[in-house]
Amino acid sequence: MDIRALIDRATDAERQSVDELLGPPGSAWGGGEFSGFDGRVAYGGHAARAQRHLLLPAFHAVQDAVGSISRGALGYISERLTVPPAEAYGVATFYALFNTDAPAGATIHACDDIVCSQFGAAALCDSLEEALGPSGHSSDTVGWVRSSCLGQCDRAPAALFHQPGQGYGNAAPVDAESVTRLSFEELPPGVIHQDHQELRLLRRIGRVEPTSLDAYRESGGYEALFRAVELGPDGVLSALDESGLRGRGGAAFPIGIKWRGVAEAQGPVKYVIANGDESEPGTFKDRLLMEGDPFAVVEAMTVAGYATGATKGHIYVRGEYPTAEKRLQRAIESATEAELLGGNVAGAGFVFDLEVQRGAGAYICGEETALFASIEGHRGEPRQKPPFPTQKGLFSRPTGINNIETLLAALEVLVGGPNVFAQIGTEQSTGPKLFCLSGAVEKPGVYEVPFGTTLGELLRLAGGVAGGRELGAVLLGGAAGIFVDSGSLDMPLTFEGTSAAGASLGSGAVIVFDGECDFGPVLKRIARFFRDESCGQCVPCRIGTVRQEEALARLADKKPLGTIADERERLDDLAKVMTDASICGLGQTASTAIQSAIRLQLRGVPA
Amino acid sequence: MWGSNAREAHPIFFHRVLKGIHNGARMFVVDPRRTSSAQWADVWLGIDVGSDIALANAVGREIIHQNLHNREFIERATDGFDDYAACVEAYTLERAEEITGVPAAAIRQLAHEYGAAETAQICWTLGITEHHNATDNVLALINLALLTGHVGRYGSGLVPVRGQNNVQGGGDMGALPNKLPGFQDVEDDESRAAFEAVWGAEIPSKAGKHISLMHEAMDEGSLRALYVIGENPLQSEANSTEMARRLENLDFMVVQDIFLTATGELADVVLPAAGWGESEGTFTSSERRVQRVRKAIDPPGDAQDDITLISELARALGHEWPTPTAQEAWDEMRQLSPLHGGMSYERLEESGGLQWPCPTEDHPGSLFLHGRLWDSPVSGRRAPFHAVEFVPPVDTLTDEFPIRLTTGRRLDSFNTGVQSGRYVAPRRIPGVVDLSPEDGAELGVSEGDRVKVISRRGSLEAPVRFDRSLRPGLAFMSVHFPDDTDVNVLTVDAWDPKSGTAEFKATAIRVEALTTS
Repeated sequence: MDIRALIDRATDAERQSVDELLGPPGSAWGGGEFSGFDGRVAYGGHAARAQRHLLLPAFHAVQDAVGSISRGALGYISERLTVPPAEAYGVATFYALFNTDAPAGATIHACDDIVCSQFGAAALCDSLEEALGPSGHSSDTVGWVRSSCLGQCDRAPAALFHQPGQGYGNAAPVDAESVTRLSFEELPPGVIHQDHQELRLLRRIGRVEPTSLDAYRESGGYEALFRAVELGPDGVLSALDESGLRGRGGAAFPIGIKWRGVAEAQGPVKYVIANGDESEPGTFKDRLLMEGDPFAVVEAMTVAGYATGATKGHIYVRGEYPTAEKRLQRAIESATEAELLGGNVAGAGFVFDLEVQRGAGAYICGEETALFASIEGHRGEPRQKPPFPTQKGLFSRPTGINNIETLLAALEVLVGGPNVFAQIGTEQSTGPKLFCLSGAVEKPGVYEVPFGTTLGELLRLAGGVAGGRELGAVLLGGAAGIFVDSGSLDMPLTFEGTSAAGASLGSGAVIVFDGECDFGPVLKRIARFFRDESCGQCVPCRIGTVRQEEALARLADKKPLGTIADERERLDDLAKVMTDASICGLGQTASTAIQSAIRLQLRGVPA
Repeated sequence: MWGSNAREAHPIFFHRVLKGIHNGARMFVVDPRRTSSAQWADVWLGIDVGSDIALANAVGREIIHQNLHNREFIERATDGFDDYAACVEAYTLERAEEITGVPAAAIRQLAHEYGAAETAQICWTLGITEHHNATDNVLALINLALLTGHVGRYGSGLVPVRGQNNVQGGGDMGALPNKLPGFQDVEDDESRAAFEAVWGAEIPSKAGKHISLMHEAMDEGSLRALYVIGENPLQSEANSTEMARRLENLDFMVVQDIFLTATGELADVVLPAAGWGESEGTFTSSERRVQRVRKAIDPPGDAQDDITLISELARALGHEWPTPTAQEAWDEMRQLSPLHGGMSYERLEESGGLQWPCPTEDHPGSLFLHGRLWDSPVSGRRAPFHAVEFVPPVDTLTDEFPIRLTTGRRLDSFNTGVQSGRYVAPRRIPGVVDLSPEDGAELGVSEGDRVKVISRRGSLEAPVRFDRSLRPGLAFMSVHFPDDTDVNVLTVDAWDPKSGTAEFKATAIRVEALTTS
């Protein structure tokens, strides 16, 4: 509807890439050639608009084939899906990975976020600028763009490559020379520094072949699903209640209550979703799990479907994780072949199908309702809650959405039993927890520890501050988290312990800065991150993140508006407004790290 | 949505339609063109111009054959079902496909969904009414609502969407040749007596002439003087060459308008009138809702509001008329029109608008006009079916005139452009003839080339625009640019004897290339 004639026509290659995804057009009104029948009748309306969720996959298809989304391709996709071109354009430009500035050849996405910046990202970007010109999708051979965190912080600095006909690839660490050799080899998930016998969530990483279902089953895979079938859906929910398992995505909501909400919601269609849109700077644990133990994600989703009554699941993987996406796809195929997915899962008589959804570069899509919007084919704009997802989630149906780590922890509850699980950690924070250590630590990586481990113990586990230097600060929870300093080393890492200290575990990111760190640029990068990633829907966040960045820039330039105290007051005001009045967590946390750095008077923070 | 491109011609109304669609409502669009409204439809039925009755009758027959008609409603509230059923029996899906060009499967689907729907509405506009058999077209649609009971209930109904914000108000106030205010029959002695008592004057006991009869009277020479208020008939009437001759032959013409229209330029006297923001009064919307309109600014120059002009004219003609305020005129009217009796200015202000019938000041107004049909037993007259037969358009297609030209409106212009033509619109499509790309190729023309468009009555030149919403053999022109592409030079002035409306929608033309590309 309202499809205005776009002058540019899609090329044959663009059409072909879209048709491979959507099938050939059904009529002239869906992008095909005009026939006599088309002059007499057209079918569209609700049926045509029900294809809307294919918008992002169609963009990916075109861009993977030809490198960018031209106006002609956008018009063709709009016609095929009956989405107004202006709206389709609004969606395409929302996502950082989509390139609408055709023409484009290969693109290098170079991370210049807070962790990579500690490892020479600035120099790397300078060298790219010298070699390829300024950042932007502008070249028909090789171009480059600056990127937010790519989730490779344990081997910074990192880059992501895209090449037409090839898709995406990661490289880390990179240097000025290697970054221009576009590599599409799959990297190993990451180094595990702990003894695997002490590990639960990480026990298969790097030890069990992630592409083999047999290897997964030999290592205890699918025990949890069979246990779940023995217990029955209600039994699973009770076990989760007893285990005390709370969500690892940041909100710490009890999983038993969430799943029960979906199970008890009325309606013919329900969904479960694995939130693999891990985009919080400094966070990479879910990548490790998805790349290194993809069958566990599939199994956990199957359990979720069984317990909640959902027959359809989606795994939303951030676009910057091509290896995770491929391995999950492969795992789903293998599980489907083995009838561990499909019309009669494991011979237990229930239906469950699973699909992988590729994100396209939008931090906000980690927010659950924004993630729904993204799967539905819209800009990733969060919705007001209530209604909560368990009542009205994906496609307005009851939906259970969980972080990847939470799902894998649920498997542990079933395999080891809820009591064993509940004995790990503290009373209110049960089970094992993953932390992503990066920055100035000796051995960066993902660490699995029981809840209640102190920050100091965690740092010691990672070999302490790199080079034996003094600790400057730790950014706990990523850009949306808070800075703590050496005064907090005894803080127990639990939901209750961090919250008592005015902090939050957030995503499990633990970014370490040494005593020589200048925090001025770090804060500016955090401010830029939020300004860039604000979806723009609600005013406090859209305006607030811009004003916050401007105030920090003025302070850094020593050109405050009024006095420094005035600027501080302004920053405080902005923080209050964003925290109180933003629709979602992005705006609500866009100032917390900055505020905490100012409070702690970290080195180089304008005072 | 039948014979209506509301997306462009009624954009505000269409926003409401879109809300319904977003809430899950399904929409069928019957239109020769796949218009921008049709782009929102679940099914578009690309009917041949003027074959609506064949389609409607086939839908009716299919509903009856599938037993989807509402027998209980038909028995209680309607008359003439048997004759109707007998009439539509001849309109099989196959025959309807042959006449209308729409595949039988699509007609069947429309019948099944309309028949089986809990609630359903039929909205129509000029695609139904600008035909030589306009009234029969409307009756054919009304039959469908009576057949299914989709009338007089919440969510169901028959919705003739009015072409202007206050067309309904004009009718309400008796601006019709055969009606007094409140739709009271001018030939009814009792009604007339009530008005005569209050007005202190005698009212002619015979209905006046509608516009097509006025044309005939001008041709005969029995109508020699014309007072035109807010119309531009020189450019808005069909067969405009004839119309120009008629107006030029008048002895005397007064034009009262807010702009100097082309008709005004022919007038002996022009009375500058006030616009809507310059007058007090009321509007009545398509849903019979009367709303207050308030004067915001004084009219410019010598312009006066209509009440002042008419009162002064009366005094100039030797009658001692006062100049009433809008409220005084309204109060007099509602004293005489039971439909409006309860609508005081205070209540209109308070409620934001009331829907007639609203006979008394304690009456809340009426959401449905025909809710009475659901009373058991039905109160008042039973609603009659009208068996109507398909009759093709008057201007037949021949080898000499092989293309069907239909006319209509675009989003950013209004009728003959008197009001909208003075404003810049970024996406305005100027006066062009829209052809299917296939017809364009056959003519050997490219977009922008000038062509000659010829009908049995006249010809014009216009640039070509290709429009994919047209199939081969169908052409379209808007009515908005009479100064350079006066489509009514081409249109046929055959008119519907019941409504007096001319067949603007169906002209036979041929197109000739002027330049080769």
